[in-house]
Amino acid sequence: MSKKSDTQAAPTGWRVDIAGALRDAGVIGLIGVGLFLPLIGFQTVTDIRNELIVITRWPLLLTLVVAIAVIRFAYSVVLAPWLARRALRPPQAAPAWARQIRRWLVPFAIGFVIVYPVVVVAIVGFGGAVRWIDNFGIQILIYIMLGWGLNIVVGLAGLLDLGYVAFYAVGAYSYALLAKNFGLSFWILLPLAGILSSFWGILLGFPVLRLRGDYLAIVTLAFGEIIRLILINWVDLTNGYAGIIGIPRLGFFGIPFTANDDGFAAVFGLEFFPAYRVIFLYYVILALALLTCFVTVRLRRLPIGRAWEALREDQIACRSLGINTTNTKLTAFAMGAMFAGFAGSFFAARQGFISPESFTFLESATVLSIVVLGGMGSQIGVAIAAVAMIGGTEILRQLDFLKQIFGPTFDPTQYRMLLFGLAMVLIMIWRPRGLIATRDPSVFLKERKTIGADMVAEGRG
Amino acid sequence: MEYFVQQLINGVTLGSIYGLIAIGYTMVFGIIGMVNFAHGDVFMVSSFIALIAFLILTTWLGISSIALALLIILIVAMLFTSLINWVIERIAYRPLRGSFRLAPLISAIGMSIFLSNFVQVTQGPRNKSIPPMIQGEFVLSNRNDFPLTLSYKQLIIWGITAVLLVAFWYLVAKTRLGRAQRACEQDQKMAALVGVDVDRTISMTFVIAAALAAVAGTMYLMYYGVVNFADGFVPGVKAFTAAVLGGIGSLPGAVVGGILIGLIETLWSAYFSIDYKDVAAFSVLAITLIFLPQGLFGRPDVEKV
Repeated sequence: MSKKSDTQAAPTGWRVDIAGALRDAGVIGLIGVGLFLPLIGFQTVTDIRNELIVITRWPLLLTLVVAIAVIRFAYSVVLAPWLARRALRPPQAAPAWARQIRRWLVPFAIGFVIVYPVVVVAIVGFGGAVRWIDNFGIQILIYIMLGWGLNIVVGLAGLLDLGYVAFYAVGAYSYALLAKNFGLSFWILLPLAGILSSFWGILLGFPVLRLRGDYLAIVTLAFGEIIRLILINWVDLTNGYAGIIGIPRLGFFGIPFTANDDGFAAVFGLEFFPAYRVIFLYYVILALALLTCFVTVRLRRLPIGRAWEALREDQIACRSLGINTTNTKLTAFAMGAMFAGFAGSFFAARQGFISPESFTFLESATVLSIVVLGGMGSQIGVAIAAVAMIGGTEILRQLDFLKQIFGPTFDPTQYRMLLFGLAMVLIMIWRPRGLIATRDPSVFLKERKTIGADMVAEGRG
Repeated sequence: MEYFVQQLINGVTLGSIYGLIAIGYTMVFGIIGMVNFAHGDVFMVSSFIALIAFLILTTWLGISSIALALLIILIVAMLFTSLINWVIERIAYRPLRGSFRLAPLISAIGMSIFLSNFVQVTQGPRNKSIPPMIQGEFVLSNRNDFPLTLSYKQLIIWGITAVLLVAFWYLVAKTRLGRAQRACEQDQKMAALVGVDVDRTISMTFVIAAALAAVAGTMYLMYYGVVNFADGFVPGVKAFTAAVLGGIGSLPGAVVGGILIGLIETLWSAYFSIDYKDVAAFSVLAITLIFLPQGLFGRPDVEKV
């Protein structure tokens, strides 16, 4: 559909073919009509007699189609010639300031996340801080931690895992059941949940060792779903769909965050605010996430980390050099699962309520997409992708002012996952290698040379 | 005995639907080596298109002939779903062809999330149920007070599936397009060198896959009479299981695998536990992949240096 105008525009560069662009826009508009006619042109609603009827939405359909045609027209008149001109220019090295940003990005980011709650409290006070720290800070940090954990499996060892959420679920249910039934504290159960999860990682990893690539991905997906279905159906243990309520929440080393006399605020002689608990949770998950990152970075320098990366690059070569691929793969699964278990038990302690709904395939897909969108294997890339994807969709929850523009029935949150899916597709098309598309080698001979991510193998499992 | 035969009838019906979706997975995997994650959601979208076509035909146009209505619904659903899948391939998969292997997978997962949420936003999150399209059944036997029945809609599903499979077999085995597809499956570069339009062939593969999924979607709606925006995922994974069981890349394998999965699911629900029927399907997937990764009719995947 666009081939003709593109090939005409590319060699000359800046002559714009208006007639061709109009024709193109018309064709795109027609395709748009075909695409959106059934599902946007018509809507199925239940009428007063409780029967399903069809109503039409022609104005909406027309607006969408015209918008698509106009965007296409603007693309072929403005954007395509500009891109063609830019492609003719010789590529330039990154300017000095860009390298400076790269250099200071990590220290700045770490500093920022440490002072973030303080900044939020300073701006909106203790009363309004809960929303900002909880929805943005803690939520994003959980996904950063999961992303870093999965990065060990996918990014370093090159094993494609689509059922990662199963280990997150194991961690969450371990904490919930053990804390509720035996009254054990979070700090005992945190390592225990990690151990149980990594045990499951080995258990599920063992049978799939011989599988590679997409097959591995699908089997892990199946395992993830099986675990979720068991959580739903084993009602005696897990209470099924209804989930587990009243899970002991995380206190300040034994002091609960309540308004009572033995609560945190009373013990330390402070005025009570719910924000204390959230701030404490924030620093716990921050510490856990940084621990994940630190362990990963250090492991990459150990023989096992090098073996993971070697396995990703070439499995046969690894075997020829005497690396035990079975153990190497299992440790990757176990390490990744362990961090998911930590995150899971934190999740249960933070929510106080868990149900199988929180551990759907969508969560696995989200975490995997964070790893891939960030650029597999890049720690900072994963963090940036988590901030962009989770933070971006969280922002939609905060856009209440849009109701004044589109009317009170307009609810921006229902577009959250729609835009999330769209963003996954668009980012992949824009940067198939992820946001951070360069790699620093973990081992080098004389000098450290940054290489393009396309030089790094993705692993075949 | 009657009970068992009844379950067989139900299982083959369900399996026909899975088989038609599975062909889409297996064709796309065969030709571009990609697990098209969004295929289950394409199936769900086609089901909604069929729903809307059905409502327009019955409530606005007042068509009373069921055969005519079903024919129109099938054609409408196939046309629109094919167009949608064609556009999806152009936008989300073609720019990533030849890129690294995970990129199209993530793009397809994104597309799957997009499609199901698109339907949720535009059509609402609730179950959509319609009055039964076709009623009536043959009673095959009535021994021991257990009526063994074969309903008209089951018969229609078998009939349509059989006709489509013959047409599809003809398309792949005898036509120019089918030859081009098989050529692209073996070696895209070589196919391009001998004059096959690879891009067009891949596009047509997606169109055919969507058309078959649309037939499955229409029959799903006709059989169950209810559809929901989240209905794409589980049938999608089951159909994928069918494709894997039959040997991914093998077309007869997809159909056989589909019927086997349908049978396993119905027999499991009938004799063991209906709650764990999805666990059974997923376990079959895992067990097949672990012990028989090449499936029943597939070629083994050889690791080369």
